[in-house]
Amino acid sequence: MTINARLRPGDLARVASVGVRTRKLRAALSALGIAIGVAAIVAVLGLSSSSQAGLLAQISKLGTNLLTVTNGQSFSGQTVELPRAAPGMIGRIGPVTQVQETGTVKNTSAYRSPLIPTTDGNALSVDATSLGLLQTLRTTMAQGSFLNAETEHEPVAVLGAAAAQRLGIDRVFSGERVWVGGQWFYVAGVLNPAALVPSIDSSVLVGFPAAQTYLGFDGNPSTIYVRADTDDVAAVQAVLADTANPEDPGGVDVSQPSAALVAQADAQSAFNGLFLGLGAVALLVGAVGVANIMVISVLERRSEIGLRRALGATRGHIRVQFLAEAILLSLLGGTVGVGLGVLSTAVYAATKGWAIVVPVLAWGGGFGAALLIGAVAGLLPALRAARMSPTEALWTV
Amino acid sequence: MNPMNPMNSEPNIQDMTRITCDPPRPQPDNGEPRPVLEVRNVTRTYAGEPPVRALRGVSFAVRPGELVAVVGPSGSGKTTLLHLMGTLDRPSTGTVRITGCDVAAMSDRQLAALRATQIGFVFQQFFLSEHSTLVDNVADGLLYTGIRSADRRAQALNALGLVGLADRPDARPTQLSGGQRQRVAIARALVGRPSIVLADEPTGNLDSATGASIMELLGALHDAGVTIVVITHDRSLADRLPRRIEMLDGCIIADTASVMPAQAISVPVDSANAVPADDSRFRPGRQP
Repeated sequence: MTINARLRPGDLARVASVGVRTRKLRAALSALGIAIGVAAIVAVLGLSSSSQAGLLAQISKLGTNLLTVTNGQSFSGQTVELPRAAPGMIGRIGPVTQVQETGTVKNTSAYRSPLIPTTDGNALSVDATSLGLLQTLRTTMAQGSFLNAETEHEPVAVLGAAAAQRLGIDRVFSGERVWVGGQWFYVAGVLNPAALVPSIDSSVLVGFPAAQTYLGFDGNPSTIYVRADTDDVAAVQAVLADTANPEDPGGVDVSQPSAALVAQADAQSAFNGLFLGLGAVALLVGAVGVANIMVISVLERRSEIGLRRALGATRGHIRVQFLAEAILLSLLGGTVGVGLGVLSTAVYAATKGWAIVVPVLAWGGGFGAALLIGAVAGLLPALRAARMSPTEALWTV
Repeated sequence: MNPMNPMNSEPNIQDMTRITCDPPRPQPDNGEPRPVLEVRNVTRTYAGEPPVRALRGVSFAVRPGELVAVVGPSGSGKTTLLHLMGTLDRPSTGTVRITGCDVAAMSDRQLAALRATQIGFVFQQFFLSEHSTLVDNVADGLLYTGIRSADRRAQALNALGLVGLADRPDARPTQLSGGQRQRVAIARALVGRPSIVLADEPTGNLDSATGASIMELLGALHDAGVTIVVITHDRSLADRLPRRIEMLDGCIIADTASVMPAQAISVPVDSANAVPADDSRFRPGRQP
């Protein structure tokens, strides 16, 4: 019989924003709870994703095509030495582009000076290294320079990052030396941390010839670092053990160091759940705040409700108006929250040098949660407003 | 009539809302136009201990173009009668018809559409939005009719002209005197060209001089053909209107004849507020 005109979107936006426009401070305070909750959730998810992106960027920089061959153990539990010819044989595999090796000098440790008793272990290993190790591991020097064709014959050492720290060497001076295997070794440089092969960090690296000359090293490599064409990594990995030690391939361990980093990147931080939970609690409190404000608003604005009914508003018009107002309030909070969350993610990621990644799930979820909260929190007050009889609304002011 | 006048160029609101009544009331055969408002044997009892009988069998009719005062002391049932005339409430028994439509047979949505298109309200407290401009306040009178915003504003400007405030459309209600605010409220009631305007103590919040000017305005609108019912407890004010329905204890105790000419209003019409007497927009003949 009758056609009740629906409010046009522009008109709905105007009537829904009456409360927000006329009571700005109250609107801001009631939206604050939702803003905090959304900000917490967006920041947690954003930081988690950014740190993951940072790790993945590091992995792609370091390359996933590094394989390590280490001497394993035989069935009887004895260490199986890698043959001296192993690096050369591995280098003949087609897709292999780089081969470098290190050999652990057994029963030898490094100290700051001969005055330190040898019983004070510092968990440092002394390793002989080939000269191209830096390029293969894609790490760099923090100070000084790496070994070269001359210094590899001399009592000269390069310290891993952790080794330098433990030996108390933070700068490389001319004439700086450490006590290695009962002999002074001059320090040529200090490495930056090697993300792919952290074991290098606690190594004192010397040249193969020097190790054999001064430290009684047997010359057998203990770890071989192999770079292969990225597309053929799996194929190379499959044949490495046989190639490195054809006589006893079971005594060779082959691994891909980047796999551990990828696994780390995939792992969710244990704290994420905690912070997401806190964010959810803040959202809940924010929802109660919005519902509270809407209940008060409906009571305060009875005359407006009555007037609108007198002007021809249906119950539906009133319901939609207050529901839209609650959603608007929540969305305002949600928008501020997403902004704050993105900002804190950006600031933290920038200090860490990560890419800023805020997943769609985070900001989309933030807006979605705000929308849902507004709808739920506003429903009851909107129903109350719509149920109010126009006469009661108009004449009880 | 100015063909550019937005109030004339607008589609008829009644066409848009298609309010029809079931069953349709036959046109009275005495040649008189059908009443805009009919109240027949209406009672209204509010639940309570004991129940409050606010109206005890009230009957009258308001024909198009009439200016009627409903006058009575506090508690006489005036406001309850206003609720029923304005379709904001339903009678306990009896019949209320607005432009021939029986309120009892209509749903809440239909009543809302009826209020949006056929009834204009003027309240003692004005009920203006302080944060909106005058033209937006007046345009809100058409908010629930489905008319586009630009057209609503155009009609609102026109309605502001009818109450002598055409030159201040962008002012805020807080910048106005009480009398001017009530004029804005009257413009809001008129903007949808309703069949009947119900004014609840329109001068109740105004000093006597300002109140008189509001009554001048209502008189001028009456001259232009607008049907107006004024609820008031002020007998001296009611005495200046052509027809008075006097109430006491929920009953009508007197209803003067409605044949008095409009000129019975003794107050001269202020030219600034005047509605042209030949303005057919407010002629009674346009009612359905």
